[in-house]
Parts: sequence; structure tokens; C-alpha cells
Amino acid sequence: MAKVRVLILRVGGTNCDFETEWAFNLAGGIAERVHINQIIKKEKKLKDYQILVIPGGFSYGDDIGAGKVLANEIRLKIWEEIERFIEEKKVILGICNGFQVLVKSGILPFNTKQLVTLEWNDSGRFEDRWVYLKIEENVSPFFKDIPEIIRMPVAHAEGKFLPKNEKVLHKIEKNKQVIFRYCDKDGNLKGYPYNPNGSINNIAGICSEDGLIIGMMPHPERCVLKYYYPDFLKFGNNEIFTPSFKIFQNMIKYFT
Amino acid sequence: MKYAREIYILNADEKELIEISEKNLLSLNLEEMKKIKEYFSFLGRNPTDCELECIAQTWSEHCCHKTFKAEIEYYEKERNVTKFERICLLKEIMEVTEILNYKWCISVFKDNAGVIKLNEKWGVAFKVETHNHPSALEPYGGAGTGIGGVIRDILGVGLGAKPILNTDVFCFGELDYPYKKLPKGVLHPLRVFRGVVSGVRDYGNRMGIPTGNGAIIFDNGYVFNCLVYCGTVGIIPIDKVEKKVKEGDFIVVVGGKTGRDGIHGATFSSASLKEDIPTSVVQIGNPIVEKKLQDVLLVARDKGLFNSITDCGAGGFSSAIGEMGKDLGAVVYLEKVPLKYEGLAPWEIFLSESQERMVLSVSEENVEKLIELFNSEDVEATVIGRFLKTGKLTVYYKDEIICDIDMEFLHKGVPERKLKCFFEKKEEEKVTYKSGNLKRDILKVLSNPNIASKEEVIHQYDHEVGGRTILKPLVGFESRGVSDGVVLKPFYDSYEGIIVACGINPFYGEIDPYYMAGNCIEECIRNIVSCGGDPEKIAILDNFCWGNILDEEELGKLVRCVKGCKDFALKYKVPFISGKDSLNNYFKGKDGRIVSIPGTLLISGIGIIEDIRKITSTDFKKQGNLIFVLGKTYNEFGGSIYFKINKIKGGIIPKPRPEKTLPLMKKIHYAIKNGIIRSCHDCSDGGLITTICEMMIGGNLGCKVDFSKVISEEKSEEIILFSESCGRFVVEIEKTNLKEFEKIFEGEEISCIGEIIEEGKLEGFFGLKKLFEISLDEIYKSWRSLKF
Repeated sequence: MAKVRVLILRVGGTNCDFETEWAFNLAGGIAERVHINQIIKKEKKLKDYQILVIPGGFSYGDDIGAGKVLANEIRLKIWEEIERFIEEKKVILGICNGFQVLVKSGILPFNTKQLVTLEWNDSGRFEDRWVYLKIEENVSPFFKDIPEIIRMPVAHAEGKFLPKNEKVLHKIEKNKQVIFRYCDKDGNLKGYPYNPNGSINNIAGICSEDGLIIGMMPHPERCVLKYYYPDFLKFGNNEIFTPSFKIFQNMIKYFT
Repeated sequence: MKYAREIYILNADEKELIEISEKNLLSLNLEEMKKIKEYFSFLGRNPTDCELECIAQTWSEHCCHKTFKAEIEYYEKERNVTKFERICLLKEIMEVTEILNYKWCISVFKDNAGVIKLNEKWGVAFKVETHNHPSALEPYGGAGTGIGGVIRDILGVGLGAKPILNTDVFCFGELDYPYKKLPKGVLHPLRVFRGVVSGVRDYGNRMGIPTGNGAIIFDNGYVFNCLVYCGTVGIIPIDKVEKKVKEGDFIVVVGGKTGRDGIHGATFSSASLKEDIPTSVVQIGNPIVEKKLQDVLLVARDKGLFNSITDCGAGGFSSAIGEMGKDLGAVVYLEKVPLKYEGLAPWEIFLSESQERMVLSVSEENVEKLIELFNSEDVEATVIGRFLKTGKLTVYYKDEIICDIDMEFLHKGVPERKLKCFFEKKEEEKVTYKSGNLKRDILKVLSNPNIASKEEVIHQYDHEVGGRTILKPLVGFESRGVSDGVVLKPFYDSYEGIIVACGINPFYGEIDPYYMAGNCIEECIRNIVSCGGDPEKIAILDNFCWGNILDEEELGKLVRCVKGCKDFALKYKVPFISGKDSLNNYFKGKDGRIVSIPGTLLISGIGIIEDIRKITSTDFKKQGNLIFVLGKTYNEFGGSIYFKINKIKGGIIPKPRPEKTLPLMKKIHYAIKNGIIRSCHDCSDGGLITTICEMMIGGNLGCKVDFSKVISEEKSEEIILFSESCGRFVVEIEKTNLKEFEKIFEGEEISCIGEIIEEGKLEGFFGLKKLFEISLDEIYKSWRSLKF
């Protein structure tokens, strides 16, 4: 059986490419870090891959708003390839800065013009902290067999999920496009610091209508093993791989 | 001359020589100016502005460490007996490493950073720098470029290491310092604090390097001159540690363009701060340029496209090319340098400290490939000259030679400094103090800014980008607890680990810098061992920040401190692998008044462990577990937080006792490795009570403690709770492991002092007498009281 090929897109300012590559390789894929210039110059072709990942970081310094420049570059320079990728029902994952790129290019939530944004955190600054996430009933195939409440770190300055209007929010909710929400350890939706950025309805991650394009602020690639949990020394949990890792595995399995 | 200005020194008298130095911000003294005059008299011509600037930069304290290389006559007076010795500070420090002679120290004191062996294939590089002067003038930019600079040190060690961790230690004035007392031109500590934290945050986070360890000290000795220490750890293949410029290699500058920012940075940072310093001395950073540079540089390294590399830091091209071409010679064509904007004088191009630039030495056959590679990731790479065997540093601007000096004179011509200083040892006396209200004292200690939680700052740093951070700076329940150090898993496919921690305490230095050094070294080792580190696999770095060293008393304190570094490093058997000094951290007011900072030593340490799964953290883990204190407590309040909050002077400074503590630490390492110790936290500033409270906060658990059980020189409640004696740890043990634990620590000074309870409160007893009961909420509230 052919292995699943994963393209980790990088540009100036991409930070989380190596650990994302590792997570996908560990999950059984063949991941490759590719610079956007290689795609623009046609040295690498998107069609040779099944999964496209836009990893975390500060693409182009986030200078005019997080993810904005890369979102435009995708729209203006490699849009044809991206469009075909989406039409062929392949998988796109945007983590943190990648999520920002996916909403600012309009790919999420409905592949239209931009309808959602990730605004500055209510605290007004960058924050790295661990959060609890409650997995919602959603249309994506990648969150099966995962406990209802999981934990991951967030690390961003612009992560407040903000839809353009009530209608957009309602549609995302109704379509079951919300993947997970920030919550406390018992699954109750709460304010800061549980909701680290002030996201509307505590939304931490969403997917496309067909569930194959995923965007999330938290970083699953930073906690694929239990040793990354801030309290792994307290609990004698025997399972080395975490629920976050399961997400990567589910993506690889989807193609096999 | 069209492009350079002749500086008339051949006929200048002594007074004029000094004027030339001062007018051009050269920071050269008379003796040095005379040496330069002598050299150019021999050449039979005046120097150009470029030449003079280039010499001034190369000879600056910042770049050539004149004081640390000087021969110093040192007089030490103790109880009417004066001892005399001649001493060279750099030699003292380096001797430690030579005597210990560990095979795993691969590259020490010669490159941009020290390198130790991690495993058969990989080494780990560590460097800590300071960026004090720029941060005092422009906190945000100064701190940001400080971190940017030390990252380039790591990129430039050997043939380039990959940065995987940043560390930050700051010293500020107290945040409630009265505005009215600030002299003109001095920024308020709160503004400096906010600016520095944001600067480090915005640069470090954008570089994708986790910031995982640090400390913040508050003392009004730092109101005029804050201290900003930035460190970076990197990993490097062992076969890439050596580098050599080859004759005929092209000089290639990669990364950022050159502008007028940071002119005179090197010479300025070697001088005192005054009211009217031009802001052009501060560099302007752009992290994304450096990030792109880093990404492609490591690819070029692995392709073997260059023979040598160095970072463009203080002194710009002058320093980088001058250093790389030291043994051969270099010819530079300045008009080829990519500029940010037009209008720079040629000497400014040569001296500019614009950020994010590195200089590579590239064989002719690789030049094209290298430039193509860099350009493919939108990074500039430009040939600007060649390393040729001329023995000279020759700089052209268009058709004109604007600099032509012998490498020999440039690097060896600086007159050796001869300095004199003295240190008078103060008699230490036991002082005891009872405020009569232990509960109030405890909460006051916890809320002291030096003890209080720095959680709000730490959350602003990305401490886990890269997927390597195992033990994070914040641990335990809701990440409220504080970690002694950071544990990294440098490779995705292995459980090998490194631990990084630090030790700093300027308050001890006010009494005796010798024991301050011992305390800093021990604290750093203790922190690493608390996490599970092996005391026999730790290397350390020294960073001295000192005041006006032309003052014989200040210099005497520095010498005394260096002597402490040497003696205690040898006793704890830890080698120095790199270090840096930042001198002349003083402020000169309009009235001529000089205010020096408290002499401050930062010891940063790095330890290697086999398995990151065999570590521990400071947070209490489970109710019913036993609490032990390891090590003995003495009446040692000198420089303590307890005395600080009660405004008491004097006392005995904590004395390191390596003969007892080193064997104890080896046993702790063994016990953690074998899972006997569930949590471990060392006792340092704030004393035993602070350690226990922090462990409670991290565990969200309470405890019941009988303080009379603590092994102590005197059975006094205050001493046991607040004394800062070193060599002590608090550990948590499961009852089922008690026998095994006692067997391991047989013969050591240990005692069981209590038990962890579920209820969130601290119940303190002294025998049958109940001393106090404090709720965990109160403890946490006091500890979280630092607001900014």
C-alpha cells in the first residue's frame, strides 16, 4: 500500500514545521517540508500529496495581521493547485498561524470570501498556556475515538475566533463545523483563562462543510506523547500516545 | 580623499588625542591613542576615520575584554592582614576547565559559544550575552536585538548550530520607584520592565525558539542601568564544530541589509551611560529576516557550502571580517554591501551593527551554489571581498582604499592594561531577628517581587515551540507551580535530554562577592539536580555585570568574585565552557556623581541526562506522601529576603559546603533516576518556607509540617523558616519507598518534617506548639501579587 504523503508548507517565519513533520511521520505518513517558492516554481507539485499542512509560526512576521500575507500569496500565486486539491477531497490542516491563513484566505469555513477572523486576544498579548478542549459532534472524520475532553497548548497573540455576523456563526454551528471549544477540566464552557483569547462561543477549531479542511488554534503537534503534558510526572498513565496524536493517525488512516 | 576623512593625529598632543577619542565616541584612553599614533607615525601617515573606528571597535572592552585579560595587582585585606597577588581574571576562569579536563567539553572559550558532547554524533552549544546599555535606552529594541544577537552567536558557533532554547534573566529597579527621584533621561523601571519583556517576547517567539528558563531580580541598584541577559542553546553535529577560513575564500554577507543603526554599539557599550547618548547606537531588529536566515543557513551547512562563519554583532563587518581574517588578511569592497538606504559614509557601512547579518567564508567553487540557495528562500547573499594572504585588513570604497592596517597591530597592538585594586573583607557577624509574627513574615516574603510568581511574564513567552520542551517553566496544577529548570528532549526520536537552569543573587555580593560566586554556582547546580540532572554532567557559563571598574574598590570586588568562581567551580567539579563580561554599568549624572550597579554574576548551567522520563518536578504530587528536608540549616541571613523585608542589615552570608553537598546531590540524582523521589525543589532565596509554599501551589495540595524536625544549627523558628543556607532540598517520598529512600541517604543530614494533606492549607508546628495555619489561597494570592 502506498504511503500517505504530507506536504508541510513553509515560508519565511514558519516555526512549527519540524515537529509537525515528526507527528505525521510518527503516525505513518511521509511528511516533507516544502518552501512555498518550490511550489510557485513548480519544483514541487501539490497533486503529489494527499495532505497539506500549514503549520504554526509567524508567516512573514504577521506584519499586517496574522496570516494575511500568506493567505494572499495562496490566493494569488498557487490558487489553482489549492482549488484542485480541495475539489479532489484531499485534506488540509491549518494549525495556529495555519488556521489564521485558512480563514483569511476564506478557505474556511465555506471556501468563499473571508467570513471569519481570528482577532487579537482579549488580553492584548501573546500567551502560551495549556487549555482543555471539548470535542463537539462534528462532520469531520478525524476526531473519532478521541475522549470528549482533551488538552493541548495554545500559543498565539491573535486567536479570538470572530465570525462576521450571527448568520455566519449560526451556519457554522448548525452545519456541525465546530470541532472543539475551550472549556474547563469538566467540560464547562468558561471565560479567561479557560477561554484563552475570548473566542466567540469558545470556538477553538472548525472544519469545512465536508469536514476535510481543518483549522485550529491549539497545537496537537506539541503533545503527541504523554511526556509533553505539564503534569505527566503526577499521573502514572501507561498510554504513551496522546489523543492529539490520534488526530494525525486518523488523517493518515483516512487515505489507507 | 573622496570617501574617507583623514584624522590628524600625527601632530596631536596628549590633550588633543583624548579630544579626538571623546569627540568620535571611540572610548579609547590616552595610552591606547598614543599607541595608535605611534603605529601611524611608523607608517608615515594619518589614519582615516574608518581605520580609527575599526581599531577603536576591535580594542573596545566589549570586543577584546581588556580588563579580563589585564594583569591586575590585587590586595586583599582581612583582619588587618593584607595579602597581595598578581592575577589575570580570564586565566583564573579558564584554569578551572583546564584542571578538570573533561573529555566531553568539546569547544571552550574559543568560539562564539561553548560546546559540550551530547552523544556520539551531537554536541550542544550554549552562550549567554548581555544587552544592558541598549536596553536602558530603548528597552523594547534593546532586549529584542539582545536575544537576536545571542541567537546569531549560536548560528555562528562552529559551522552553525540549530537554536533550540532561549533563556532570559533581567535585573530591574523596583517597580514602585518614585518618578520624582529619576534623573532626566532615565526611564522608569516599570517602563524598562514592560519594554524588555515585550522585546524578548516578540523576537524570541517569532524566531520559533522556546524561552524556557530565566529569572527576574528587582533592586534599586538597577534603576539607572538595567541588566538584560539573553542566552541561547543549540545543537550541532560534532563534525561541524571545527571551522577554518581558507586562503582565497570569498567573503559573503548573508541576511539583512546594512543601515545606520547600531553605530558605535561596541564602543558605547563599553562606556558609562550619560544623559545625552545618541539613540543611533541602538540596533533595530527584524526577527523574520533572522528566521529566514537561520532556516537556509543550516541547509547550507549540511551541504558543506561554506568553510567558516561568524555573526555580525558588535563592531559589524569590522569585527566579523577582522576576526575571521586574523591569520590571513582580508580585502573588502564596501560599495558591494547591500544597504537599507543611501547616504551612509563608508566607515559607517563597515562599523554598522545592523542586525540579522552573518559573514561566511566560501570557496570559489561554492559561491554560486550558495547564493542560489539563499536566494531560493528570499535571503540576500552578496560577495563583498576575499580572504587573501596579505596580513592586512584592506577596505576599498570604489577605487579608494579607506582602510589598510596590519592584522597583527589590530589584534595584538592593544596596550596591555595594568590595573590595581583592593578588597577589604568585612567581618561577618551573626544577627538574629524576631518580628514576632511568622504568618505575616511568610506572606511578606512570598509577595516580595524577587520571590513572587513571574507567571504573567512566562505566559507571554512561547516555551514549547519546537516540540522539545518536556519540563516547562510552569508546572503542576493549572501550570501554577514554578520549575527549577527546563528539561528539553532535543531529538524527536530519542529520550536523551538536556536540563538548563541558572543561579543569580546580587544581594549576597554586597557582603562578599566570593561567596556570592559560590552560591550562584551551587544554586545553578542544585536547580539542575532538582529536575533530575546528574551533578557530574553539568557545564556552566559565567556572565559578570559590573560597575565602574576604574574604581579600585569596584574592581577589587570583581576580582574577589572571580576568585570565588574558580574555587567553587573546582570544588563542585563543574567546568566553565563560555563566559562574558559587561563592565562599566554605571550612570554618570550631571553633577559627576557615579552610580554603579551591584556587582552581578549570572551562572547558567547545562546538564545532560540519558532519559527525560526519569526526571521530577517541584509540585507536590499526592496526599499522604512524606516531606523530607535534605541538608542542614544554619544561621545565615546575610543578603536574605527575610532581612530585606524587615530592613535588617548584616548577618552571615550562606556558605557553600561542597564537601557535603556534592555527595548529597549525587544521591538525589540516583534517587530521582530510580523513581524514589516524587517531587524535589531546592531551597534558595526566601528560605525553606518559600520552597514548601511553592511546592504546595504547584501541587494544589496542603501540608502539615513540624519545623522542629529540621536539622538546624540553632533551634530557632526564624532560622529554620527563612535562613537561606545552601545545600538544602525539599523532597516528597511515597511511604512505600521510605526504606529504600533511607538506605540511599544513609549517613546524610536528612529529616522527615511532615506529610502532604489534601486540604489546601499549611499547618506549621514546632514540636507540640502550633506556629500558624495559612490557607493555600492566601499563600497563592501573596505569591501572585506582582502586578505590572
